[in-house]
Amino acid sequence: MSADPILAADAAQAPATAVELIGVNKWYGDFHVLRDINLTVKRGERIVVCGPSGSGKSTMIRCINRLEEHQRGKIVVDGIELTNDLKRIDEVRREVGMVFQHFNLFPHLTILENCILAPTWVRKMPRKEAEDLAMHFLAKVKIPEQAGKYPGQLSGGQQQRVAIARALCMRPRIMLFDEPTSALDPEMVKEVLETMVSLAEDGMTMLCVTHEMGFARQVADRVIFMDAGQIIEMNEPNAFFSNPQHERTRLFLSQILH
Amino acid sequence: MDVSAPPAGTPASFVSPGMIAPEPAPISTRGPIAWSRAHLFGSPFQIILTLFGLAVIYVVVPPVLRFFIFDAVFTGTGRNACLPEVIGRPVGACWPFIGAKFNQIVYGFYPEAERWRVNLVYLIGVVLLAPLMIQKVPYKRLNALLFFGAYPVAAYVLLTGGNLQLRGFLLSWVGLGPLVTTIGQAIGFSTGFWPDYVISALLVAAIAAAAAPVFAGSRKGAAKTALGAFVILGVVLAAVDINFGLPWVETRVWGGMLVTLVIAVTGIVASLPLGILLALGRRSQMPLVRIASTLFIEFWRGVPLITVLFFATYMLPLFLPGRFTIDGLLRALVGVALFASAYMAEVVRGGLQAIPKGQYEGAQALGLPGGLMMRLVVLPQALKLVIPGIVNNFIGLFKDTTLVLIVSIFDLLGVLRAAFTDPAWATPTTVVTGFGFAGLFYFVFCFGMSRYSMALEKRLDRNRRH
Repeated sequence: MSADPILAADAAQAPATAVELIGVNKWYGDFHVLRDINLTVKRGERIVVCGPSGSGKSTMIRCINRLEEHQRGKIVVDGIELTNDLKRIDEVRREVGMVFQHFNLFPHLTILENCILAPTWVRKMPRKEAEDLAMHFLAKVKIPEQAGKYPGQLSGGQQQRVAIARALCMRPRIMLFDEPTSALDPEMVKEVLETMVSLAEDGMTMLCVTHEMGFARQVADRVIFMDAGQIIEMNEPNAFFSNPQHERTRLFLSQILH
Repeated sequence: MDVSAPPAGTPASFVSPGMIAPEPAPISTRGPIAWSRAHLFGSPFQIILTLFGLAVIYVVVPPVLRFFIFDAVFTGTGRNACLPEVIGRPVGACWPFIGAKFNQIVYGFYPEAERWRVNLVYLIGVVLLAPLMIQKVPYKRLNALLFFGAYPVAAYVLLTGGNLQLRGFLLSWVGLGPLVTTIGQAIGFSTGFWPDYVISALLVAAIAAAAAPVFAGSRKGAAKTALGAFVILGVVLAAVDINFGLPWVETRVWGGMLVTLVIAVTGIVASLPLGILLALGRRSQMPLVRIASTLFIEFWRGVPLITVLFFATYMLPLFLPGRFTIDGLLRALVGVALFASAYMAEVVRGGLQAIPKGQYEGAQALGLPGGLMMRLVVLPQALKLVIPGIVNNFIGLFKDTTLVLIVSIFDLLGVLRAAFTDPAWATPTTVVTGFGFAGLFYFVFCFGMSRYSMALEKRLDRNRRH
């Protein structure tokens, strides 16, 4: 598949360092959920985060667009440091797309309206232009013919692809995926993963929490394994899968790879 | 399709020889016989219920029809037309009574020469509301702006006469009245209101600009917003201040349907936005806003409407400084609107609670700021969920307007009761006829609201169908 011209052009403009987490700590009440996370993501890099449930992997990527607040350390996204300043948070969120486990499409809006909502209201894009852009990305995720339907009329896989298109319509520089295939029927996982692979081929910076190890092997530049709120191991996929260093990583991999 | 019969018993292995084509359902499950069996005569208990229902219809419907239609008197000019001993037959409803009092029922004691103004208000209201309610009609935004923005002002001017002769604005309140009056007279106004208004607007804009950085806003934006608000308010004030040559009609002489509709429509139109704001306030992260909203809601829900009306009518004037009077109807209107908004707030809050967290996160992740997230994503879904509750409140409010009777405001029921005392129409059935008519009036409006809301729900629900 040829590279998407819009995404490729956007990717070229992004700063060299996409995301930087320095000594990030977070607590839920007394529970220390993120412990001293250090991570630098370069422009165009694809990172897969895996780990047992409750390991803090979702929390970590949700900190990157401030759906969760960190209490200590520093997070810099696209050159903007995340603080309590609401303006900055909105600025970061405009540049960071996110895809959720449960899609979170807006059920009262059509697919097209879902896609143009943020571009027209947040980016102040003229409606016509936003619609053209939305159709471009709906074509990219291969469901332009569903534009007039409502999310409830689509299958899970289609909804998730719409969610990806909706995020892309904001022309984000970074995409976050929070277990995008975990809520899908097995038959639909593939279509979503294919969309994500094509996005990776366009040079999008991606952080992806997933247990799809095939996807990790195919597109990831680095795989991160987390447990108990820490990064336990981080390596390029070949080495990560064939020669895990940490005891905990080996145990985890032996349990999910059959 | 050729499908071989399944073998007896459960085979250990089986491969479907082909897809089975759909067939029509058996005849016994379709048609009127099946319907009546399913809905009327399914079981002994159902048969008893059906017979009981028929008995109730037999007992209730014929007498009602006989009284209001078959035995009713439709023409006549006085009580004699409706007296059984005069016309020599049993008499049901005395409809000429309603005809004779119809003007009073519609306009109250509104001066006869000025009643065209009321009619005009009714007419504009219908002309603006009808297209707003029909989905296919375009220009919804303009239509809504006219109905919710321009119409109330126009209705106010038409009904009261406008020409308020405003004397002063903010500066007069702080003791600068003589100064602005002098300025006003110097440039050709009879009062100091407009100089006062312009100076006040500029002052407020300047204060907003000065304070903007504290709230992380831009000076220019804050000043613009403040001036914009003053321009809109100015247009409204100018409209009620201009002398259109309409004689002043006191609200004390308003009555009947006019008062009922004014109170109901004001209450309905004001309570929804206020209720939404209160519901959002009660869920706010800011403790001050949350506590204030909660106190407001609990206070107004905790007192009966009658108490509110009594307080507004008889107690409030005692607390206000002598020169400061508010129109009696306006006081009742404000009371009803605030009362209704407290109830509305809780209905809306119920809807807000039903919206999953994922919707907020989805909106936030797209960079929608809080206000837009509420307006575009959360509220449309939450309000749709609570349409039945909202309309329930509207209907309740519509009927609660009759309570203003106890503070001497003559709504529909009020003028009817006044009409009952007219000796020229004293017949045995006058009262029942009057209340029958009032019942019909309230039923038409309430049932209309109910049907409209059901159609609206159905329309909005189509979006969700799988």
